[in-house]
Amino acid sequence: MAIEIPAALTQEQLRAMLRTMLTIRQFDQRALELYREGVMRGSTHPYIGMEAVAVGACAALHPNDRITSTHRGHGHCLAKGGDPRLMMAELLGKATGYCKGKGGSMHIADLEAGILGANGIVGGGIGLAAGAALAAQLAGRDDVTVCFFGDGALNQGILHESANLAAIWKLPVVFVCENNQYAMSARADKFTSVPDPTVRATAYGFPGVGCDGMDVLAVYRAVADAAARARAGGGPSLIVCVTYRYFGHHVGDPLNYRDKAEVDAWRRRDPIERFEQTLIGRGVLAAADVEQLRGEVAGEIESAVAFAKASPEPELTALMEDVYA
Amino acid sequence: MSRPLIETTPTAPAGIRSLTYAEALNEALREEMRRDPRVFVLGEDVAVWGGGGIFGVTKGLVDEFGPQRVRDTPISEEAIAAVAIGAAVAGARPVAEFMYVDFMGLAMEPIVNQAAKIRYMFGGKARVPVVFRAQQGAGRGNAAQHSQSLEAWFAHIPGLKVVTPSAPADAKGLLISAIRDDNPVVFLEHKALYNLRGPVPEGEFTIPLGVADRKREGRHATFVGVHTMVHKALAAAETLAKEGIELEVIDPRSLVPFDLDTVVASVRKTGRLVVGHEAYERCGIGAEIITQVVTAAFDALDAPPLRLCAKNVPIPYNAGLEAAALPQAEDIVTAVRRLVA
Repeated sequence: MAIEIPAALTQEQLRAMLRTMLTIRQFDQRALELYREGVMRGSTHPYIGMEAVAVGACAALHPNDRITSTHRGHGHCLAKGGDPRLMMAELLGKATGYCKGKGGSMHIADLEAGILGANGIVGGGIGLAAGAALAAQLAGRDDVTVCFFGDGALNQGILHESANLAAIWKLPVVFVCENNQYAMSARADKFTSVPDPTVRATAYGFPGVGCDGMDVLAVYRAVADAAARARAGGGPSLIVCVTYRYFGHHVGDPLNYRDKAEVDAWRRRDPIERFEQTLIGRGVLAAADVEQLRGEVAGEIESAVAFAKASPEPELTALMEDVYA
Repeated sequence: MSRPLIETTPTAPAGIRSLTYAEALNEALREEMRRDPRVFVLGEDVAVWGGGGIFGVTKGLVDEFGPQRVRDTPISEEAIAAVAIGAAVAGARPVAEFMYVDFMGLAMEPIVNQAAKIRYMFGGKARVPVVFRAQQGAGRGNAAQHSQSLEAWFAHIPGLKVVTPSAPADAKGLLISAIRDDNPVVFLEHKALYNLRGPVPEGEFTIPLGVADRKREGRHATFVGVHTMVHKALAAAETLAKEGIELEVIDPRSLVPFDLDTVVASVRKTGRLVVGHEAYERCGIGAEIITQVVTAAFDALDAPPLRLCAKNVPIPYNAGLEAAALPQAEDIVTAVRRLVA
């Protein structure tokens, strides 16, 4: 299907968006490999297949805007300007990582880039996002906070409390639900009381918008509209991006709850391939440009892996540091 | 409360007048909000109800600072905590009020998993300057869901500080320090102390967290207590003094950080230790305090330390049952007599 390119986006921005989508995919592919090699500990939750959501949303934001992320947070972090070298080092638990090796995959944060952290608690970022929006409102700043959360968090109580609070206080927050169809093995259509979660926004009196989460430009448009509304004092919005995670919840996922045909159907709508075809079809990029981008990104990710592997382990004396300011 | 003033002021005050514990807290909030525009207050019924708060702690603040900085919230404890944390990470200095500590059960996720851990998880790159205020304790017939003392829940979690003032001056000085602290501070008041009157310095007055206060000097036994137990111990000390037993009463004032040095110095002098709190005995802070003292100064103890705590039972409604569930001044008298015998 044809994808319309918003006039506000320059060729350079479109190229950067594709580059970030490629970065996310290659980053998480490498993370999966490192995990399987036993180099990475804990767990990793690949964002592969969902790249359009993070990139479309963050492309609609200003540098001072903030995001809160989830356990599946690598994509959000990269899209908001996170450094893949510092992220990869954190995945390997190294002293040079974003969190000095103390956080790992689920706690990467870069406050200067407006990334208030991935979060190991489903829905844990929702209230924080409303709070960051409140801080901006109180300080008279016009920045907005985008709150990413998955379909699993639709049924956490904090969403109800925060949505109501954001509505009555007209907080500049955009709730972006990534409906990737499954909360671990729980199908969104079986475990959420309404087939279309956007209708929940009606209960709070703010807009609820559905969006093709496999189309980066559709996400961009939806978030740009919601952010503009929030910036102008119009309060929060809910955007539900319909998307899919190609891999399991994490590496150890038995994947016995969905069949290959379903995965293949979603993969045929791959957000990166679609965007590439659009950009090539509209003459924004040539096929050779796309190949060049892929090569650039591959080099960048390999350099990040090399940096991470070469980085030192944290000193054990760091154990008790950073508990208190 | 009809108890006389409790002398608690550790530093030379600029001017002394008498305030209630609630008024002292109110003054701390007011002065910090005047000093720092990033400070704001949020919670249930903190602005409109009775002019500010069901116990009057936030009284009149909305008139001076407006509804933006003195925010009534819906009954959404998890969001109150989470929003305060998010605002703190984004540059504000929120003071979030929970009407009863019991209701903080609804907010444990953000307090324990977010506030306490954000700085560490992020490798020290975040500051979380948020104060979670609540009142706790029994004695008013509020029954099982409105009378608990839950300081040990929070003291258990690395990353949180826990403050428990028992006197008006302490309340002011410690609350100002809590607001200026760059860490999450759980600031627990006691509902039975709000009308307690005492000298409170005017103007800039802070008490550092982690410094205990000796409320009464003694040489035969050391009592370390939380909130009302400090006052019960002071009453018990009067009775014991008539028998020639001098009880030293120490209020740690903050449980995290905990001033072990002051407690150990006292125990080295007296050789005997009693701890008291209204929280349930099992896994209460008393167990922690005794363990720390025994580990640091076993040689100084002439008798096994004692705990006087609430029974391991939900706090009952009936006045007689409620009193029986809690440690009383007479229990302290009896315990100390036995300890020094």
